[in-house]
Amino acid sequence: MALLSKKDANLIKDPLADNNPITIQVLGICSALAITAELKASVVMAISVLFVLGVGNVVISLIRNIIPAKIRIIVQLVVVASLVIIVDQVLKAFAYELSKTLSVFVGLIITNCIIMGRFEAFALGNGPWKSFLDGIGNALGYGVILVIVGFFRELLGSGTLFGMKVLGDPVSKTGLYSIGYENNGFMIIPPAALIVVGIIIWVQRSKNRALIEEA
Amino acid sequence: MKEKLHQLKLKYQGKKMAPAFNALHTFLYTPNETTHSGSHVRAADDLKRTMNTVILALVPCLLFGMFNAGYQHYSAINGFPENFSLFDHFLTWDNFLVGITTVLPLVIVSYGVGLAIEFLFAVIKGHEVEEGYLVTGMLVPLIVPVDTPLWMLAIAVVFGVVIGKEVFGGTGMNILNPALTIRAFLFFAYPTWMSGDKVWVHEGVERAGTADAISGETVLGSLAQGSDYSYSLADMFYGFIPGSVGETSTLLIVLGGLFLIFSKIASWRIMVSAVIGALAMGLIFNGIVDAGWLPEYSKFYTLMSFPYWQHLLVGGLAFGIVFMATDPVTGSQTNKGKWYYGFFIGFLSVMIRVFNPGYPEGVFLAILLMNVFAPTIDHYVVRGNIKKRLKRFKTATIYPKASDAVDSLKTETA
Repeated sequence: MALLSKKDANLIKDPLADNNPITIQVLGICSALAITAELKASVVMAISVLFVLGVGNVVISLIRNIIPAKIRIIVQLVVVASLVIIVDQVLKAFAYELSKTLSVFVGLIITNCIIMGRFEAFALGNGPWKSFLDGIGNALGYGVILVIVGFFRELLGSGTLFGMKVLGDPVSKTGLYSIGYENNGFMIIPPAALIVVGIIIWVQRSKNRALIEEA
Repeated sequence: MKEKLHQLKLKYQGKKMAPAFNALHTFLYTPNETTHSGSHVRAADDLKRTMNTVILALVPCLLFGMFNAGYQHYSAINGFPENFSLFDHFLTWDNFLVGITTVLPLVIVSYGVGLAIEFLFAVIKGHEVEEGYLVTGMLVPLIVPVDTPLWMLAIAVVFGVVIGKEVFGGTGMNILNPALTIRAFLFFAYPTWMSGDKVWVHEGVERAGTADAISGETVLGSLAQGSDYSYSLADMFYGFIPGSVGETSTLLIVLGGLFLIFSKIASWRIMVSAVIGALAMGLIFNGIVDAGWLPEYSKFYTLMSFPYWQHLLVGGLAFGIVFMATDPVTGSQTNKGKWYYGFFIGFLSVMIRVFNPGYPEGVFLAILLMNVFAPTIDHYVVRGNIKKRLKRFKTATIYPKASDAVDSLKTETA
């Protein structure tokens, strides 16, 4: 890529696969379990985190030299909280129904370990451009897993994708339902997300054996 | 045939499909090779023998379940017979025909899918096929309603064997009982097929909403709704009640349990302590009702006033205690631990039954929960034992003086 140097490109590529915040670092699990029952909610959540982490990383990186080390956590919290409030207000204004589905979890982006983790581990020690790429990369890595989990949970649990009935109508028995197929109620409840994430981790580690920790 | 298989075996030795082939080979014939050096373990029971003994204990329940499937079906249509006679009304060809056409496919799907996965994992991981699924495959059809759609069962078996067992490393390494994992998956994935008053009777779901609608509510289901049930105590004990295929007959389960105890396959400690636990919880609930602490309009009233010992006769409690709780892999290993483990299974089963009207049966949840706690129980039993021995060692008079040994033992066990 001519746009980015190889080092910069890795900042985005790494969190997507071999250093994924969810499947490798196992961070941000709460929201991954809670809101992935529908694909739409997963996508919106992914975009929200993308915004918060991308902008937040830049802001922290810009002021990294003037933050007193002792109160840096408080400063970080203020930055995340302001960004999350913006996201929350935008959602309430333009996607009210969805913001009700996401409910408290938009607010809880503040406590998402991925965000504080990137602020602490990266933005405090790197320039704004690199921090921006790092934030985008990690948010995308988080979002990819969210979308995969949301896809399977909505498809198998409700038979829909983005609310569209792709497998037929369960009430009037069309499509797959006419031959006796039924939605899997287990996929709707949060433990199913844990198992789907587990299977993703399993697949990823059997493909790349270097990721398996020493026992 | 045998010779040919031997030759084929040599030919495929070391190839990818060898484990699958060897499994079939040793299942059908004795291998033609003997151990070259001296053998170390001499015992009449290997894993296969253990599994077969459990299956033998389950066969009466399976046969009874087949007859009961037919009996419940025809009784729901024609009404329960007056002057019930075992041979005229229960052990009839009509009943057996219904049973064999509904239950046998469940058995075939359970074994077919489960063993296919065992073979697949053996080939991928390159080890011999393990016998672990033999018992699970027999338990699964016995703990589901008769009319469970076969594709649902197949999906649940895939889930149970892969997530419940293979991800932990296969037979002997699993934390949760695979049969119960399958049951729990079915319960949470397809609740409409696992509870209610239609699923326990063959054709109950198909006929729902028509003029020929039939239904049969389980005793626990009726109690959870606060209504009465029409089955006598003898019906409950012999098993002429609606329920999952093989769990209704307490008599045959007790016989199977005694068989397992005398063949030393299953732990009597777990069974006895689980019964004690269930009775204890039942007594507490009865006591609360007798003391008048619970108003009659409470939604728990009917279940809590259900006589404490009858909890053992209805639902899957007896079946769970005898065949599921005693699983040697997922249960506690220490003798003292088994008492705690069993007690809490009985205790929690009755508690879940009463307090969770949404799930009229709590046995499978209680056993799965205690499966998770079994290693913790064992840990504390072992630690307690070490402490006790250290104390004895300290107070004992030993010549020569062994105070250094105490310290070294401490560092070893810390």
